[in-house]
Amino acid sequence: MNDPEDLRQSVTDWLEENWDPDAKLVEWRSKLVDSGWGMPTWPERWYGRGLSGEQAAAVLDVFAEAGAVGVASGGPGRLAAVTILEHGTDAQKEKYLRRILTGEDLWCQLFSEPGSGSDLAGATTRADRIDDGWRINGQKVWNTSAHHARYGLLVARTDWDLPKHQGLSYFLLDMDQEGVNVKQLKQMNGHASFNEVFFTDAFIPHGEMLGQEGDGWKVAMTTLANERRMADVLRNASSGERRGSIYEEVRRENEVLMAPYTWYPQRAGRVDLLVKRAQETGRIQDPVVRQEIAKVLIMARSAEWTAKRARAAQQQGRPQGPEGSLGKLAASNVARAAAQAHTLITGADALLSGEQSAENGIIAEILVSVPAISIAGGTDEIQRNIIAERVLGMEKEPRFDQGPFRDVRRN
Amino acid sequence: MQFTFTEEQEQFRDMVRRFALEQSPASTVRRLMATDEGFEPALWEQLSRQLGLTALRIPEPYGGSGFSAVELGIVMEEFGRTLLCAPYFSSAVLSTEVILAAGTETDRSALLPGLADGSRRAAFAFTEVSGSRAVDEIDTRATTDGNGRWQVSGSKRFVIDGHTADCLIVTARADDDVGLFLVEDDAGGLLRRPLVTMDATRKLADVDFDGTPAIRIGGPGDCREQIEAALDAASVALAGEMIGGAQTLLDSAVAYAKMRVQFGRTIGSFQAIKHKCADMLLDVESARSAVYAAAGAAAGNHPEAPALACLAKAAASEAYVRTAAETIQIHGGIGFTWENDTHLWFKRAKSSEVLLGDPTWHREKLMQRWGY
Repeated sequence: MNDPEDLRQSVTDWLEENWDPDAKLVEWRSKLVDSGWGMPTWPERWYGRGLSGEQAAAVLDVFAEAGAVGVASGGPGRLAAVTILEHGTDAQKEKYLRRILTGEDLWCQLFSEPGSGSDLAGATTRADRIDDGWRINGQKVWNTSAHHARYGLLVARTDWDLPKHQGLSYFLLDMDQEGVNVKQLKQMNGHASFNEVFFTDAFIPHGEMLGQEGDGWKVAMTTLANERRMADVLRNASSGERRGSIYEEVRRENEVLMAPYTWYPQRAGRVDLLVKRAQETGRIQDPVVRQEIAKVLIMARSAEWTAKRARAAQQQGRPQGPEGSLGKLAASNVARAAAQAHTLITGADALLSGEQSAENGIIAEILVSVPAISIAGGTDEIQRNIIAERVLGMEKEPRFDQGPFRDVRRN
Repeated sequence: MQFTFTEEQEQFRDMVRRFALEQSPASTVRRLMATDEGFEPALWEQLSRQLGLTALRIPEPYGGSGFSAVELGIVMEEFGRTLLCAPYFSSAVLSTEVILAAGTETDRSALLPGLADGSRRAAFAFTEVSGSRAVDEIDTRATTDGNGRWQVSGSKRFVIDGHTADCLIVTARADDDVGLFLVEDDAGGLLRRPLVTMDATRKLADVDFDGTPAIRIGGPGDCREQIEAALDAASVALAGEMIGGAQTLLDSAVAYAKMRVQFGRTIGSFQAIKHKCADMLLDVESARSAVYAAAGAAAGNHPEAPALACLAKAAASEAYVRTAAETIQIHGGIGFTWENDTHLWFKRAKSSEVLLGDPTWHREKLMQRWGY
């Protein structure tokens, strides 16, 4: 199997024998999961083939050429799968992995709390040990897809006398129970992409803790590290020209998974619309508008090039320079400047929202979505701390949250 | 476009960096900026004859080494780090680029070898009293007696190293065309006066021509396009110098923030300072990306190269000036003293911001070049 041509041939042969665009989605994926071609880099014992990243890319290529649908790969399910594979017991892997990959079970992440946003380790949702398991009380927030999810990845406090990072444990929670109450959370831009999740004496049996008691922070780091790579995964086999009933099922699945993200392009400022809008409105003649557009485009292009420099250095195996940590902060600056330029171009029409407003509501949506980009996934302020401390080597702030968590000041 | 440097380019950078650090400590910059000439012949000799840096962009047949805008950018960036004082930008960049862009075979053979080995230093006189670099606003006139002898009359201002150069390349109107004219330093009717500059590390001069004998270069036709191309190349090079200087400022601001103690802790442990430094890093790295992209595009004759020259100059100017102001702020009171070195870079940032067109000018030009 070391020869790339042999590998491609094996995949092609297998697809020829098994791929059926009119199969039921779950039935097809079950076959795929058993074959190991669905997650080629995973170990053979767990639905994989132990291949390298490069080999896996070749497998994906063959799938794409054949138009064959892959395993369920979008959303928090992928995060659950990766985290369980790394930290789970055999029993947990047995129970959960397969149904994640077939798309039968959807998952959600239960990390952030009203009282701990940037300070994730300050979670106060409590897990108290009872005879046959754990009793959960507290509240989580910003939980994408929780209203569809069968299971949740929960970080809760199991020990209040240890320092805050050490008192957390990581659980696999059954969402389908009376003590779990999911409420959609409406955002300032009118969308409801997230949820609040309330726990009132919810129950988790023994055996559903991921890692050991007190490992919660460490395990959560696995999830978060993969969350940062999620952007690459948020795509699926394109169903454009393909014929077969399975594509319809995939399309419906994607619709549900992608629904929370429809406003994300607007959140980033829609730099792509600036010149078009300025030309259509005639504002492109205004020297001030021209200056502001140029400023945004310079920022946006520079950010792209910085990302390319980071990737090129990585590919050459060189140590990554500061350029690798700057993307998120740059994106916030670009989005804010773009929103400002859109306002300038749109003028009084920026007073409106919805279908009657500019660009069928898109401009209004930009203006009320951009504030999210400098908060979600690590605020600008946290990013600046990281850059200053890890890249520039500046001294850390004095901390006031050492010692037993019980005594730490909190919300 | 390339987004990294080759092994050879990295080695070249190391060599230039060592040279600049050794030869141009702040004490030397301060000594030279107090002189009228602003440079030392010995250092010029070293960087030209020994290191061949003046020959970088000149093709091999004319005694050069034929490198691209990328290598030139490396030299400018490293010189910018230490504010190395030498007529490099005026002679090896501006004058060399305009001859490369416009020179006929005769011009190249006559002029480039001397510029390559540094035995002759040229200055490019392209700015009128208005301060504009626009080729359509040139008032200096050139007239001919019909036998190939030309005379130039008019005034040029802000000519970089104009009072110390061995010869001047002058933009002037000849009938409806804009042409290029070579004037020797001992020509009659030539008056050169050094200007008092805010940035004393960059020497400027007023140059008056009164029926001054000149040789026409660049052939008989209009040279506006070629002059623009040379100024674009020089803008990218200058932007390289600017990110070098901005990096020095950032390094010094961060080092000071790590060392300076107030209220019982380093000022760098306060988020107010940390966040400023993080923003400065983003600013400098973004400008660096723009400059490298522009240099790469120029080296590869990419169709977007002229637009990116404007983009890089605007980005680097803004970043340098902001970084300079913040570096003074982080240093506090000491940063406002003459004794502290920060003001040397602050002033270079200011002079670079305005030279060859300020950021507003470049942004407008960028939009036009993008076709908007």
